[in-house]
Amino acid sequence: MTISELERKSIELRKKILSYIYNVKAGHTGGSLSCIDIINVLYNRVLNIDANNFSDSKRDRYIQSKGHCVEALFVTLADCGFFSEEDLQTGCQYKSHYIGHPTKKVNGIEQNTGALGHGLSICVGEALAAKMDNKKHKVFTLLGDGEMAEGSNWEAFQSAAHYKLDNLFAILDYNKQQISGSNKEVMNPISFKEKLQVFGWAVKEVDGHNIKELVQTLNDGPFEKEKPSFIIAHTIKGRGVSFMEGVLKWHHGVPTEEQYLQAQKELETLEQAL
Amino acid sequence: MQLDVIKDNYLTMGKANQVVFSETLQELAKEDKEIVIITSDSRGSGKLVPFAEKFPKQVIEVGIAEQNLVGIASGLASAGKKSFAISPACFLTARSLEQIKNDVAYSNNTVKLVGISAGLSYGILGTTHHSLHDFAVLRAINNIIIVAPADNFETEQAVHEAAKLNQPIYLRFGKKAMPFLDESNQDFKIGKGRIVNHGDDITIIATGETVYPAILAAKSLKETNNINAKVVSMHTIKPLDVKLLDDLVKDRKPIITIEEHMVNGGLGEACASYLFQKGAINRFHIMAIPDEYTVTGSQLEIFNHYGISQEGISKKIIELLKV
Repeated sequence: MTISELERKSIELRKKILSYIYNVKAGHTGGSLSCIDIINVLYNRVLNIDANNFSDSKRDRYIQSKGHCVEALFVTLADCGFFSEEDLQTGCQYKSHYIGHPTKKVNGIEQNTGALGHGLSICVGEALAAKMDNKKHKVFTLLGDGEMAEGSNWEAFQSAAHYKLDNLFAILDYNKQQISGSNKEVMNPISFKEKLQVFGWAVKEVDGHNIKELVQTLNDGPFEKEKPSFIIAHTIKGRGVSFMEGVLKWHHGVPTEEQYLQAQKELETLEQAL
Repeated sequence: MQLDVIKDNYLTMGKANQVVFSETLQELAKEDKEIVIITSDSRGSGKLVPFAEKFPKQVIEVGIAEQNLVGIASGLASAGKKSFAISPACFLTARSLEQIKNDVAYSNNTVKLVGISAGLSYGILGTTHHSLHDFAVLRAINNIIIVAPADNFETEQAVHEAAKLNQPIYLRFGKKAMPFLDESNQDFKIGKGRIVNHGDDITIIATGETVYPAILAAKSLKETNNINAKVVSMHTIKPLDVKLLDDLVKDRKPIITIEEHMVNGGLGEACASYLFQKGAINRFHIMAIPDEYTVTGSQLEIFNHYGISQEGISKKIIELLKV
C-alpha cells in the first residue's frame, strides 16, 4: 500500500475497532486506537506474511505481547483476509475463538498472549532459531509501556543483545498511560531510550501515528548490525476520537450508542479530510 | 546412613538420573541437530558441560533468568526446535510457572521442561531449593505430561520418548545415584506404570527416587515378615495410568503411595481422587512430605525423618496390614 492508502486504511481500521468493541461490548479501546497505525503498517507494508499460507516457515513473525489490544489485531487480520469479517461477529460469545486476548485458534495469530511480559522472550527464541537455521525472516513484537515494568522483559532484553539478534524488532506503543494512571505515576520509566541503549539495543523514536515515519523506520532495520532494534513509537491513547484521546477511562471503556455514533462521525470527517 | 548400607545387598548402583539424562541427550544430539538445550547458568549442576562442549551450537545459555528460559524455549519450539529447557526443578516450576502455563502448555509449544536436582536433592540447601510443589502445580495445568523416572533405565527411555513427543512434558530428575530397580523388566512407556516387584499382600505405588526405598522395604518385609509387597514405579504422574490403578485395587488389598513431594496435590492425591471416585474400598495411605516447615538435613535424612525409608515404609505397611 502507498502512504496515502495506509493513512486511509488506518482510519478504516479505527472504525472497525470501534464497531467491534461496540458490538461485543468489551475491549481495550484506548490502547487499540493507539497501536493501530503500527499494526496497520506492519501488516500492509512491512511483514512478509501471506494470509493464504500462514504456516510458511519463511514468514516474518509478529507476536503481540500487549495481548489485551487484540481488537486492533483482529480487525487488521480480517482486513488482510486471514479470516472473514463475519467471523468477528462471534466476538466474546460462548465458544468463540475471538476472545479478549490473542489465541492461535485464530488464523494469523502466532502465539497465545495476554499475560504481560511474555511476548518478547518468545520472540527471542524465534529469532535465535532463525539465526541457527540461517533463515532471513524477521521477528517483531509489540510491547505496551505498562508491561515494561515486568521483570521478564528485562531478562529478554539482555538475552537479545547478548545473542546479537539483529533480526529482532521490539516496538513500544508508548501512549504513556496504563489502567491506573500515567506511567509516571504508576511506575516511572525515567527513560526507555537510555535504558534500552544501555541494554545493548539500537533505539529509534518515531511518531507512532505518522504513517510515513512508521513505514520508513519499520522497514529500515536492523538499525545497527548485530544489535536488536527497539522502536519507541510515541502514541496517544484513544487516538482519532476527540473525547477518548488521553482519557483514562477509555483504557477499556465501551462506548454508548451516542458515543459510538459520535466517534464514527469524527473518523468519517478525518477520512474526508484526507 | 542405613539406606546406603542396605542397598548394596540387593541392587546394583547406577548413576544419578540427571547424569543419564545428559548422556542420553548427547547420544540423541549426535543424530539430531534440532535438539537444543536452554540452560540458566545450570550446566554444571545439570551435568551438561560435556553436551555444551560437543554441541556448542545447540546450547542457549540465558543466565539466571528462568522466566526468560522458558519463554525462549517456547519460541525455539515454536520455530521447530526440540527444545529442552533445563533448570533446577525448584526454580523452573515456580519462578517460570506462568511461562509454563501460557507459553508452553496453553500455546502448545512442545518444550521439554527438565527439572534437575528435583525434590529434596539439594537437601541441606533448604526450602528455597526444594521442589515439593511441582507435581501439584503442574497437575493443575492443562496439556502437560509429568514424568519422574525412578532409575537410569526409566530415565534413558523417558528422554528418548520425550525427544519424539509432540506435546509439552516435564521431566524430573534427582542428583543422587540410583540403583537399577528391576533389570528383568525392560518395559517402559510414558503413561504406563511399571511393576518392579511382585507381591499380593499390599501394593506400593511410588514415583521417582522413592521407588528405591519402597523396593528395599518390599525385599526386607519378605525376608522378615513374609509379606509380599507389589511395587509399582508410577513414573508418569500425569496422565495417570488409571488402567493399572483399576487392576491394582481389584484384590482389595491396602495401597500405599510414596513420593518425594508435599502430601498436597501429588501422586497420592491423584491416585486417591481417581480411586475414590471409582468406588475403591481399599485401605489407602499417602506417604509424602507433610504440610509443615520441612526438617533440615540431607535428602536421605529428610526421607528418613518422614518415614520414606526401608524402616519407615516397612513399619507403615505392617501397621496397615494389622488392621
